[in-house]
Amino acid sequence: MSASLETQQTIRSLSDEGYKYGFVTDIESDSAPPGLDEDTVRFISAKKGEPEWLLEWRLAAFRAWREMPEPEWAKVEFPPIDYQAASYYSAPRQQATPKSLDEVDPELLRTYEKLGIPLREREILAGVAVDAVFDSVSVATTFKGQLAELGIIFCSFGEAVKEHPELVKKYLGTVVPQNDNFYAALNSAVFSDGSFAYIPPGVRCPMELSTYFRINARNSGQFERTLLIADKGAYVSYLEGCTAPQRDENQLHAAVVELIAHEDAQIKYSTVQNWYPGDAEGKGGIYNFVTKRGACRGARAKISWTQVETGSAITWKYPSCLLEGDDSVGEFYSVAITNNRQQADTGTKMIHIGRNTSSTIISKGISAGRGQNTYRGLVRVQPRAQGARNYTQCDSLLIGDRCGAHTVPYIEIRNPSAKVEHEATTSKISEDQLFYCRQRGLSDEDALSLIVNGFCKEVLKELPMEFAVEAQKLLAVSLEGSVG
Amino acid sequence: MMLEIKNLHARLADGREILKGVDLSVGDGEVHAIMGPNGSGKSTLAAVLAGRDGYEVTEGSVTYRGRDLFAMAADERAREGVFLAFQYPVEIPGVNNMYFLRAALNAQRRHRGEPELDAGQFLRVVRQKLKLLDIADDLLQRAVNVGFSGGEKKRNEVFQMAVLEPRLAILDETDSGLDIDALRVVARGVNGLRTPDRSIVLITHYKRLLDYIEPDHVHVLQDGRIVQSGGKELAAELERRGYGTFGEQPEVAASA
Repeated sequence: MSASLETQQTIRSLSDEGYKYGFVTDIESDSAPPGLDEDTVRFISAKKGEPEWLLEWRLAAFRAWREMPEPEWAKVEFPPIDYQAASYYSAPRQQATPKSLDEVDPELLRTYEKLGIPLREREILAGVAVDAVFDSVSVATTFKGQLAELGIIFCSFGEAVKEHPELVKKYLGTVVPQNDNFYAALNSAVFSDGSFAYIPPGVRCPMELSTYFRINARNSGQFERTLLIADKGAYVSYLEGCTAPQRDENQLHAAVVELIAHEDAQIKYSTVQNWYPGDAEGKGGIYNFVTKRGACRGARAKISWTQVETGSAITWKYPSCLLEGDDSVGEFYSVAITNNRQQADTGTKMIHIGRNTSSTIISKGISAGRGQNTYRGLVRVQPRAQGARNYTQCDSLLIGDRCGAHTVPYIEIRNPSAKVEHEATTSKISEDQLFYCRQRGLSDEDALSLIVNGFCKEVLKELPMEFAVEAQKLLAVSLEGSVG
Repeated sequence: MMLEIKNLHARLADGREILKGVDLSVGDGEVHAIMGPNGSGKSTLAAVLAGRDGYEVTEGSVTYRGRDLFAMAADERAREGVFLAFQYPVEIPGVNNMYFLRAALNAQRRHRGEPELDAGQFLRVVRQKLKLLDIADDLLQRAVNVGFSGGEKKRNEVFQMAVLEPRLAILDETDSGLDIDALRVVARGVNGLRTPDRSIVLITHYKRLLDYIEPDHVHVLQDGRIVQSGGKELAAELERRGYGTFGEQPEVAASA
């Protein structure tokens, strides 16, 4: 089933609300002064009580970053960012790490309520463990007990550094090195907090792990860091979703996500991204410059990325897979919507290193208004990757005549046994389709939502159920006003 | 009166006038056939009645069950019971047929202030109608019209009509492209939907369809006007003499 009826019905109620998550919580921030130098890095590290090795790691990243040029190859345009104008640390004031929700600042809890994340209810009803990131410091983690019984570690990154330094040290930066790219290096120098999960050998994580990100303090930027390890034969499904309050200044979000899947392990990583996209003229939206990469370290490991990108003024994001183990599998399922002045340059890299590795790429780009949507993908088959296979399908849907869709596939084959298929289509949403739906009694918006959800079906069906519903709402809201 | 068309003039965006003063009255429960050669304005008439964009009504009026039809948007007309079986049914990839139809039916039920049907209730409604049209269950699970054969598409249109139960159904060349078996099935479906409070307008090029669906009235549309009306015997006369009688070269009906 592609779209639930409930979703159809909520479209109208949502469409009148504008950006419903656009509010600012009034909490005093404990912020670093604006600017970025080695002292800032030391301040952050000290503030978080980090060990010396991690400070050194950050400093190495900072030194690398200072020497790196900003990437300019993406098909996105924005005024230069003044990296010295932002503040790189901001935490809600709290006395100590809360032991339960009762100890959490009630103002924070109300914010979650507005976002539709009542932790208590989720705890009871949804069976989802939420590591909620407010600004930069994790304030509440649930279901820890249950997970701990299975030996699963799921906590804030900061906590992992304190409680499980050996794991962090062993894996941090092994998939995305400090100097990987400009934004990853920046993140490595100043990352605030994020999530950490470790699934021990043979354990199937019994619930979807979920993190909610939220940018709150003005000009603080967000530099989340996620590290997820599935040991041999383990399985985990991880959900990530974001909303952000309305802003006038552009805000930079440069996260890094590293996934490691050992032999026979499987990681499913799903994202619904709904950062504030800016107003109709593109003013005030989030810049989402994210590095996400997973490594299939062992044989038969599998990593699946599923993303629904509806927000942000600019999206620069290429969740990728390093297929190192023999017979390992990488998947990338993506829906990216750009409306009004939004720009998205997104895709994936599938690097086939081991034998008989296979990868699947399904990308659905939707452009409306003056949105610009670029799929950029790399499929590389290394010399040793005997029998590698890739299937890529890139579909673009245009709504209106002022938007753009671009497809930039790179294919590098260094092994003659590789089989690589690439299919691409670009279509305009047709008047015939809309009229057909309307002739059966569907309103303009419902017709559009139906057609778009159908177009995205292959991707949406990869999302866990509760996320799929949210994603469909987002698609409808994101395309509001683009027909009729 | 179900439908009252008076002196209807309509033109395309490029200014070409297609309908040049159509007059037609369709009473409750009546079946009217509109016949005519290619380019006579048959499909334009259907499109204008259903509210498709790209046509401008320059003169005349259409009253549907006492209301000004043109005061309603296309989707509102549908919810008020106007159904168009498309000559070329449109494909909607990724949207399953069943889901599409339930969304449409529930939109119409909401409009009428009736409770929506959940998936189970809907399935019960659908099962009855499937038999009527000899449609296999798997057609419901496939994407709307995607990969359907010509015959399946047409049957699916009549199936949708059966489920939506319109007051006024306009069938635009539903017989075209059908082999004789499919034509029989479609005709059986349409005949099964004839009721005293449902009117049907059949738009067709050939008499063939009228051998299976017997109309109360037959009209000949030519160059944007109805040039002759009569009973079902008019269709037989057309078959014998061709449209040429009315100013055009005879059509070779046998080619169908």
